[in-house]
Amino acid sequence: MISYNLSHLKELEAEGIYVIREVAAQFENPVLMFSGGKDSITMLHLARKAFYPAKLPFPLLHVDTGHNFPETIAFRDELMKKLGLRLIVGHVQDSINQGTAVEEKGVNASRIRLQTTTLLEALEKNQFDAALGGARRDEEKARAKERFFSHRDDFGQWDPKNQRPELWNIFNGRKRMGEHFRVFPLSNWTEMDIWQYILHEKIDIPSLYFSHTRSCVVRNGIILYKSDVLPEIEGEEVKDMEVRFRTIGDMTSTGASLSDADTLEKIIDEVAATRMTERGGRADDKRSETSMEDRKKEGYF
Amino acid sequence: MDSKGYLDMDLLRFSTAGSVDDGKSTLIGRLLYDSKSIFEDQMEAVTKASQRRGEEGVNLALLTDGLKAEREQGITIDVAYRYFSTPKRKFIIADTPGHIQYTRNMVTGASTSQLALVLVDARKGMIEQSRRHLFIASLLRIPHIVVCINKMDLVDFKEERFEEIKEQFEDFTSKLQTQDISYLPMSALLGDNVVSRSKNMVWYEGPTLMYLLENIHISSDWNRIDVRFPVQHVIRPNTDEFHDYRGYAGRVGGGVLKPGDEIMVLPSGFTSSITSIDTFDGPVKEAYAPMSVTVRIDDDIDISRGDMIIRPNNVPKVGQDIDLMICWLGRQKLTPRGKYALKHTTADVRCVIKEIRYKLNINTLHRMEEAKDIGMNDIARIQIRTTKPLFYDTYRRNRITGSVILIDEGTNETVAAGMII
Repeated sequence: MISYNLSHLKELEAEGIYVIREVAAQFENPVLMFSGGKDSITMLHLARKAFYPAKLPFPLLHVDTGHNFPETIAFRDELMKKLGLRLIVGHVQDSINQGTAVEEKGVNASRIRLQTTTLLEALEKNQFDAALGGARRDEEKARAKERFFSHRDDFGQWDPKNQRPELWNIFNGRKRMGEHFRVFPLSNWTEMDIWQYILHEKIDIPSLYFSHTRSCVVRNGIILYKSDVLPEIEGEEVKDMEVRFRTIGDMTSTGASLSDADTLEKIIDEVAATRMTERGGRADDKRSETSMEDRKKEGYF
Repeated sequence: MDSKGYLDMDLLRFSTAGSVDDGKSTLIGRLLYDSKSIFEDQMEAVTKASQRRGEEGVNLALLTDGLKAEREQGITIDVAYRYFSTPKRKFIIADTPGHIQYTRNMVTGASTSQLALVLVDARKGMIEQSRRHLFIASLLRIPHIVVCINKMDLVDFKEERFEEIKEQFEDFTSKLQTQDISYLPMSALLGDNVVSRSKNMVWYEGPTLMYLLENIHISSDWNRIDVRFPVQHVIRPNTDEFHDYRGYAGRVGGGVLKPGDEIMVLPSGFTSSITSIDTFDGPVKEAYAPMSVTVRIDDDIDISRGDMIIRPNNVPKVGQDIDLMICWLGRQKLTPRGKYALKHTTADVRCVIKEIRYKLNINTLHRMEEAKDIGMNDIARIQIRTTKPLFYDTYRRNRITGSVILIDEGTNETVAAGMII
């Protein structure tokens, strides 16, 4: 007897494709949130698979904080050109200029919270009714409670105690005018799944993920890239370090890790051996025990 | 890390249900810890949070209870999903609360599970909550159930106690329709029979929990007999390269599809044959659940989302009068004769509640035929009539084509999970 058995990565891929197709079918004007990080790159790969040989039936949206790594932006632009995709960019600087977002002050200033304003403005301006995001449940404890189809009210807010039950693979995307959904096709993927999939599918990712030398400072045990936008602390030592990034966020808050992993295989070995979560280096999550939940309630993805 | 091995692993989704004191969090904590799925910074955060609460030791429940309200009240409210893997398998745990007021969360967690872990305190034996967990697992047709008789250290690891509890369970499970039930004596706290064999219970000759989880046969849990392909989305590229391409995208709901197969399309009843089964990575020779593929057929037939591709010699039931077991999920009670939106595979219809047959007492399994008042967490048998025919199988035969959800058309909330009888 033939054994019909899907490997777990193939099953996760099939699930992600199913969810993305469901979004195209249930919503009028969806968008795929693209950050240039490995998760949204993987999600984009699944979206291309979902509609092949047709083109993506929706555009991409990038919320540019102005503090993104230049490597991320260069990677993004090249990928869009190569694949012929439609990209919409929402600038946090525009929100600051028009007074809807206020820049934080001090050495720990970050634009993470401000992203939410720009994201909601971009969703509203373009009248998007569903935004696909690359968040995974294993990333953070508040995200462990997320649905695949996450309902947001007309302020874009998440109400964790009042989520719709999600049964089998039947997704309820019904909503009122002005409300929208965040949809997370990679919900069941782990960090290791993403890396193994990138390796197996030969997916291109930004050079930031691989070991390289850059000038850094160490603050509260977190290694930060000493970029132009990182507020200065007098007398702080800046030194060249051999690092790579496990996640890609803002230059002001994404911690690097010391690493000599310069190939995908080495990264996988490193991830397998590590004893820290990938968001362990994210200063934005360390603000309080529930900072992710708080941000999500305000409309963060 | 062996990347080739990683690509060969399969996936097991299982659910746990339990309350604070039956050792559920300890067991999950141990599975995560022993498979190196808890990280140092998580452990540090949990240790700190436990100290802040003035608790002795490390409260592993804080790992799984992620929401502010849960951490404040010390209870699990919602379903939390946890992940771990061993070299053999990847596991997804749907961790659900056990209290009766969260029956709907248990049902949600159970709906995608292939295996249910039911935890019992060896000192207490079978209690109302155990019966409820077993019943929900059997109602949702979870193919495998593992009853973990926990805290054996507190009953001196006695075989007689284990046998006694096992008998209590067998009395009850003989009324249920689950085929595969295993019983396992363990101490999650001490690690006995979780990952390694217990030295304290040499009388137990069965497998450890981890061995069971890694080796239980799961590929036969999918329906491989009845071809069911609900059309999800129509793919028409309209490009020069793929000018006349018309493919039907969807996820296989049952059976095995192959190029050349004779097929029939519902509801039209037109027949044709499969010319090719496409994926981004090239055409495939066969497609089976839960694969996502794109099917092309020989004739130009009008097919859209909500239609179903099947084999002409194996037709699902087609009808508008449908009997369901439901779990009511909504805050507002079921409205007798009320109208609801209904989702079934990729089809959207409306329905009216025709009759409430009975409400079930899920602790005693007693059918209350006079009770017509169906509120949140209630399990009931009802009959509905849909505006358009559904193409369905019984839930027992196929979990994908046998399940529906009901939606309140005013609030858009999902108010019921339905299993077709």
